[in-house]
Amino acid sequence: MKASNSLWKKRLDGQLTAQMADELNTFEMEIDLRRQGKVDEKVFAETRLRRGAYGQRYDNGKRNDGFKTQQLAFPGDAETKGPNTIWDAPGMQRIKIPFGGMTPDQLEVMAELAEEYSDGIAHITTRQDFQLHFVHIEDSSALMRRLAAVGITTREACGNSVRNVTGCPFAGVCADEAFDVSPYADALTQFLLGHPDAQNFGRKFKPSFSGCHQHSCGLAAMHDMGMTAVTREVDGETKRGFRVVVGGGLGTVPYQAKVFDEFMAPEELLPIAQAISKVFAKHGEKKVRSRARIKFLVANWGIEKFREAVLEERAKLNDDPRWTELLEGAEGEQETPLNPPGDLPESNGDVEFGHWLKTNIRPQRQDGYFTATVALPLGDMTADQLRSLADIARKYTNGTIRTTVEQNFVIRWVSGNDVSALHKELAAAGIGEAGAGAILDIVSCPGTDTCKLGISSSRGLAAELRKRLSEKIFELDEAIQSLHIKISGCFNSCGQHHVADIGFYGVARGVRGFKVPHFQVVLGGQWEENAGSYGLPIVAIPSKRIPDAVERITGFYLKSREKDERFVHFVKRVGKTKIRQELDDLTKDMPEHDADPGFYADWADPREYTTGDIGKGECAGEVISAYEFAMTDAERMVFNAQVLLEEGGAQKAGEEAYRAMIKSAKALVQIDYDDVSNDPDEVVEEFEERFCDTGVFYDPFAGPKFANYLLAAHKSAASPFTAESAHYRIEEAQLFIEAVHSCYTKEKTTAG
Amino acid sequence: MALNHQLPSLKKEDERRMELQHVNVKITVDGDLAVDPGRFIDVFHRWIREGVIEGLLIDVADYRHVPHGPGVMLIGFDSDYSIDNVGGNWGMLYNHKSPLEGSNDDRLSVALKSAVKACTLLEAEFADDGLKFSRQRFELFINDRALAPNTDETWDACQPILQSFLSTTLGHDEFELQRESEPRRRFGVTVESKQPLDFDALA
Repeated sequence: MKASNSLWKKRLDGQLTAQMADELNTFEMEIDLRRQGKVDEKVFAETRLRRGAYGQRYDNGKRNDGFKTQQLAFPGDAETKGPNTIWDAPGMQRIKIPFGGMTPDQLEVMAELAEEYSDGIAHITTRQDFQLHFVHIEDSSALMRRLAAVGITTREACGNSVRNVTGCPFAGVCADEAFDVSPYADALTQFLLGHPDAQNFGRKFKPSFSGCHQHSCGLAAMHDMGMTAVTREVDGETKRGFRVVVGGGLGTVPYQAKVFDEFMAPEELLPIAQAISKVFAKHGEKKVRSRARIKFLVANWGIEKFREAVLEERAKLNDDPRWTELLEGAEGEQETPLNPPGDLPESNGDVEFGHWLKTNIRPQRQDGYFTATVALPLGDMTADQLRSLADIARKYTNGTIRTTVEQNFVIRWVSGNDVSALHKELAAAGIGEAGAGAILDIVSCPGTDTCKLGISSSRGLAAELRKRLSEKIFELDEAIQSLHIKISGCFNSCGQHHVADIGFYGVARGVRGFKVPHFQVVLGGQWEENAGSYGLPIVAIPSKRIPDAVERITGFYLKSREKDERFVHFVKRVGKTKIRQELDDLTKDMPEHDADPGFYADWADPREYTTGDIGKGECAGEVISAYEFAMTDAERMVFNAQVLLEEGGAQKAGEEAYRAMIKSAKALVQIDYDDVSNDPDEVVEEFEERFCDTGVFYDPFAGPKFANYLLAAHKSAASPFTAESAHYRIEEAQLFIEAVHSCYTKEKTTAG
Repeated sequence: MALNHQLPSLKKEDERRMELQHVNVKITVDGDLAVDPGRFIDVFHRWIREGVIEGLLIDVADYRHVPHGPGVMLIGFDSDYSIDNVGGNWGMLYNHKSPLEGSNDDRLSVALKSAVKACTLLEAEFADDGLKFSRQRFELFINDRALAPNTDETWDACQPILQSFLSTTLGHDEFELQRESEPRRRFGVTVESKQPLDFDALA
């Protein structure tokens, strides 16, 4: 925990937007209130998840040391930041990077944060986010503040919310795209962030954007809401639109998304997203967490009924000017080059450069410009590498860089004249590896390294496969070089194993009375065509034999494929039974434990393998109703009013107490009437009609007393406050909030 | 949004109040790293199990795949230890993470002594492989840009602090301090001692 946390608020004063500053001040207060035991641990867990502050393995204070479960004696182990999650245990901070777009300034701040709050490594995820590990919860607000100062929010990075909006990293420069989807991804991000209609989901919601259908760029088919750019000729004019699919998702059992609209006009994108959110919030499952993704709702209803429900909501929406305002300028050029165009150089006998040119460089649709992929081993990079990348991006481009779902970076707008020099500088920084998107470029989730749900070491396996493949990558047949390997530590598919050529997910098996880490081999997946098809598991193989399995599979493919037959077609033609036969012996004849104890441990981990460290994941967050969230806010606001009064701000204190009353009144109204706005006049009017005129709110002993506090406060909302009157208002607000709680409890108990 | 991450210049009163927390010390390996870095994974796991080193030890993080990266890390609650290769130089890096009471000298001392102790333990673990850490050269830096930004003002304020600490701790003045010159990196120095460090005395 940093001694300097409190200093950053002052030092960055004026560098954050008012809204971001306000949100972070609120989060800091929520941390304080939790420490004081004034916020329920479940509510705090969902609060911090919605700010991207996640749990990590061993945060329940238990860790198997290879012999027994050790208690990790964290200093304040009675305090928690969520159910069974110790306050002082290190956590993970997820940082959203909408459509992967970053600036050099942001890279430099990421470098600082990795050094000061984490283990020195910034990790890119399979959704274009960053993750920092081993972060203390009390450091998280300073960390978030420093990100906010460079325009990055962690809000809704985790939890039951709209997650990062991903987008093709070649959007805007790809020869195959219909048009640049970047501004639309940006618009959707801004529109849905904190949107009231997107706060009451039962699970997460993941949108993505693709520029084309045929490549893998946005992976629309596996997203909750996938948008693929399309154009149509209308009256001789080329019109932009989106093919919109809904209800896709990986997870334990992957679902392909269904077509919602073959051609949606851009101006409908945001209202439809809002309407989909409303439908998901209203009708999505909330009790059975494993069935709460939107894919189950779409599957249960069928796409026709789902579409009908969405369009019905759409028709009821009040016009929001942001639907079109946020799209202004979307049709113009979004980025420009720094340097004039040039031709791609020859490798001139430089073997390493030649490999890199072949695998990492791609021509843009703009002549003379190229994208350069920075392939990162397992998505990891150091702070120095981040700074070098920032320098390189500034030197050769206008800072145009994107993260990718393959856990890499793409530098865009590199002039052909600069490619050679750029490569030299990347290589000098240790980030000039060739093989981007190739078999060496293995994608892996964090797995048992840090994730509570990890069953087997996905990163350990990935590192071992990388090591073996790197020794011979460019000697391999081209057909093998181009294969995609993806590894998940468990069946939840964060490594996207379903859409790999060769996928793996971690499982455990009993062998001779011991547990042994295994991986299921998943074949039949298709990365291209926007996650065109999902693979299925064919056999579980001990983790230490997976490298052999890869050799067997690729060898069998080379030996048996038909001319130019792609791997996914080969698997389909040959059938999984035949491929499994090639691997069968790897599932038998396990060594005795004493003869090979390493077989009974996982990659890069000498401990006797166990599944005892698996904990309860936080991916599903906590289902906290909109009412609970709103009341937590109201409590915080009335507390804040006290603080303001103590600091001598009577006017601000009185106003804040009034706002707390409106907030809690609205929370009650919303149970009955979801669409009530934030306008205090409307809130009070609805409250009076539904709760006062009916007598529902009235206390059995005090009658309308507490309701009258609200009505009087609203009537005199514009009046100035003295210290005395602010004090009264705070008292009344607290009593009103208590009365709201009572009414809610009474109503819920009556309703059963 | 334009970056305005320049921290304001320190005022004179700040100079007097320079608080050096989160001290890191990296003692470089003498010569090449004679040991496969993967073997440190086994050692660090055993340290956790047996409580070999003071403080709550949590886990081992393997970053061997990252070029010039943190190598193999022993993650603790108050501090991390790693066989670190950042900058392309292998060394034992000690990172004190939690705030410490006391004076700057106290905090610097904890860091240096902890780093030396870890080096001594690792030399014993890998004595047969000839692992040796430098007795002449180590890096010392402050992992907190708010408390100690890498600026001329910090250098002016800290140089006397560091000089005094090192004179007392090493028992002589025959050392040179080379300041970290890249302003974006953390404030720190490389210490080159003309007399070898006495690890036994320091630990």
